[in-house]
Amino acid sequence: MEPQGVQIDEIMERYPDKPEYLIFLLQDIQASYGYISAQAMQLACDRIGVPLTQGYSVATFYQSFRLDPSGEHEIRVCLGTACHLKGGQRLVEDLERRLNVEAGGTTEDLRFTLNTVNCVGACALAPVVVVDNEYQPNATSKKLEKYLKTIDALAGVEAKEGAHA
Amino acid sequence: MPNLSTALKMDPWRLQSGEELNRLRAQIIAGRDPQRPEIIICHGTGCLANGSDKVAKAFRAALEGKGIQAKVMPGIKTTGCHGFCSRGPLVIIRPQGLFYQRVKPKDVEEIVDHTLVHGKAVERLLYKDPSSGDLIFNEGEIPFYKLQQRIVLHNIGKIDPTDITDTIAAGGYQALAKALTTMTPEQVVAEMEKSGLRGRGGAGFPTGRKWRSALQAIKKKGRPVYVVVNGDEGDPGAFMDRTIMEGDPHAVLEGLIIGAYALGAAQGYLYVRAEYPLAIRHLEIAMHQAREYGLLGENILNSGFSFDARINRGAGAFVCGESTALFTSIEGKPGNPRPKYVRSVEEGLWGRPTVLNNVETWANVPLIIERGADWYAGLGVPHSTGTKVFSLVGKVNNVGLVEVPMGVSMAHIVEQIGGGVPDGKPFKAVQTGGPSGGCIPYSLKDTPVDFDSLTAAGSMMGSGAMIVMDHTDCVVDVGRYFLRFLEEESCGKCLPCRLGLTRLREILDNFSQGVGSEKDIEDLTSLSQAIQDGALCALGSSAPNPVLTTIRYFREEYLAHVQEHKCPAGVCKDLITYGIDPERCTGCMNCARQCPAQCITGKKKTAHVIDTHKCLRCGICKETCKFDAVFIS
Repeated sequence: MEPQGVQIDEIMERYPDKPEYLIFLLQDIQASYGYISAQAMQLACDRIGVPLTQGYSVATFYQSFRLDPSGEHEIRVCLGTACHLKGGQRLVEDLERRLNVEAGGTTEDLRFTLNTVNCVGACALAPVVVVDNEYQPNATSKKLEKYLKTIDALAGVEAKEGAHA
Repeated sequence: MPNLSTALKMDPWRLQSGEELNRLRAQIIAGRDPQRPEIIICHGTGCLANGSDKVAKAFRAALEGKGIQAKVMPGIKTTGCHGFCSRGPLVIIRPQGLFYQRVKPKDVEEIVDHTLVHGKAVERLLYKDPSSGDLIFNEGEIPFYKLQQRIVLHNIGKIDPTDITDTIAAGGYQALAKALTTMTPEQVVAEMEKSGLRGRGGAGFPTGRKWRSALQAIKKKGRPVYVVVNGDEGDPGAFMDRTIMEGDPHAVLEGLIIGAYALGAAQGYLYVRAEYPLAIRHLEIAMHQAREYGLLGENILNSGFSFDARINRGAGAFVCGESTALFTSIEGKPGNPRPKYVRSVEEGLWGRPTVLNNVETWANVPLIIERGADWYAGLGVPHSTGTKVFSLVGKVNNVGLVEVPMGVSMAHIVEQIGGGVPDGKPFKAVQTGGPSGGCIPYSLKDTPVDFDSLTAAGSMMGSGAMIVMDHTDCVVDVGRYFLRFLEEESCGKCLPCRLGLTRLREILDNFSQGVGSEKDIEDLTSLSQAIQDGALCALGSSAPNPVLTTIRYFREEYLAHVQEHKCPAGVCKDLITYGIDPERCTGCMNCARQCPAQCITGKKKTAHVIDTHKCLRCGICKETCKFDAVFIS
């Protein structure tokens, strides 16, 4: 993610005005904002000259696009075959219980988004969970609980610093 | 960025001929001190996830602190994946070739002091042969590597993939220079035909024949023609293409440029999965550097041939690994496949003749051109020539990437190279070919691994994932897993796939709950046949394979679920109960603390008990217990 708000106009300038660049544009919007808002979708479709329906058709077809804001931290549990055999599904269920959210959803406080992924290709480390692009090799419920707590603790520090600033 | 032509004119290294490439190569090699120590640190995704970047950082810091610059300053090189992922992070010290495994940042000081300063090995970081217990010093002596034949992977782990000069020194782009200066496009195609290379992406279609058909289509329809790299490696458990793109991106690029030359293409595309950010980055860097050196873009090596390529990132759709779906995705649309009444070599991307090959296939092209089709055809077995890279994962000791000649036995790969199953028992089955493949049981462990033998056994080569299963893995569960996967990934365009897979999965769901009868097995079989016959693309038509092969080889296990209401492997939740062995339980209370249903009771230092009515069967207690006291019945 590029949290330092990339201006949407700048993204629009990155590619030629051709329909074949629709996916490129949506990927860049997603990378910068974490999701594709209705306004951003309208801008992208207008820019490259495709109907809005096509924009949504693409965004809902491919798994990597989101139409709702995602949480501050993204947890991706790998469900590749090796991870499945080593308990990946169990980790998903455990996180669902812990965070009180279903896979694919975001916690109410917008802290965490829980996703599953079809294989990150790090099968030697199965089961793998990727939190904000950090790989957690040989993950267990206990290790994850600990790791998520460190993130929460960090959030506490950030909040404090924010209050001082 | 200045425009390409002015940038190139100013560029001092833009190579004008094959001789200039050779001169540059000689210069790079001459500028190196062969005695200079070099620290090679694996930066494949596996090692990185285990912290190899921190190891590299520690080495940099340690070398600065040691002041050993006085002698010869060691070089540090970060490379692509060495393949022995279960032993990562891996560090190799050259010129001795010392192999250190599971290196942590805290080990770095000792390596610098012992090995680099005093020339001695740090024994505790060496690989120990599991059978003899002997320490092995050199990478090449480790059975995992010794039993392989690394041809496609030969540079990976040796070169820095982000530095084109390292590739050139290792012989990169020699094949391109040879093709451009000494071969006609026709000769290149003929060489590919003669090599017998078959596509490494799944179906195993002969690559040379594909190129020949494209030439025929071009005769009818004219140009443009496109060349495309399929880097949408979607099979769960497969990561050979990722490794090649990350570790030797120039090999893929060189193959693509040679293919473009053979077919007269001016534009190429590399379609790479979005889940592989490192592969995308390394390919981008490689393409940028290749353009700077005059190996990609206008007038390559001053031969008059021009070709450029672009990367398309996938957006998370398994079906886009299918050729026609991949093309519609490059065109910016949802990746729906189309019926293949007309083959994509005739009508592919933008309706034009197109040659699409998998990453590993493209990476084989320079090898064939440089060393000749006869050499290549001599590897492997007659109808499956060359080598194949497999990702060996699951319940196997040596998890990683292996390259072997086609035709070696399954047992050789799993037991010799892979070191067998962790508990020493025989494996139960090996799942090959991903969701489109099948399970090969232990009884067929001597099956030669080549395209035709695997198909005969009911599975397929696929992209080369080999998932080893042991007695704790349930075939019904694995079947459900793949069906759920494909059900989600089905694009929904055709009915047999959209509804058929759902129905198959529902029947298997029943099995997992102990509901159903022997007749359901017949239904599974006939529905599977209907899907195979009726589905629009290979995603659907190959989807029943995992179910059909497991029924063929493990019918008893299916029956146990519905007749005895038992899951012999202890996986299907509805058919198992968890219990605690009072003899083994130490009363440490760890499981009770972790249990999300709070159904484990017991005092400290006394045996605990699970309330099976409240138990969610989540398995956390079993995972938590250090004394192996939790059992499944």
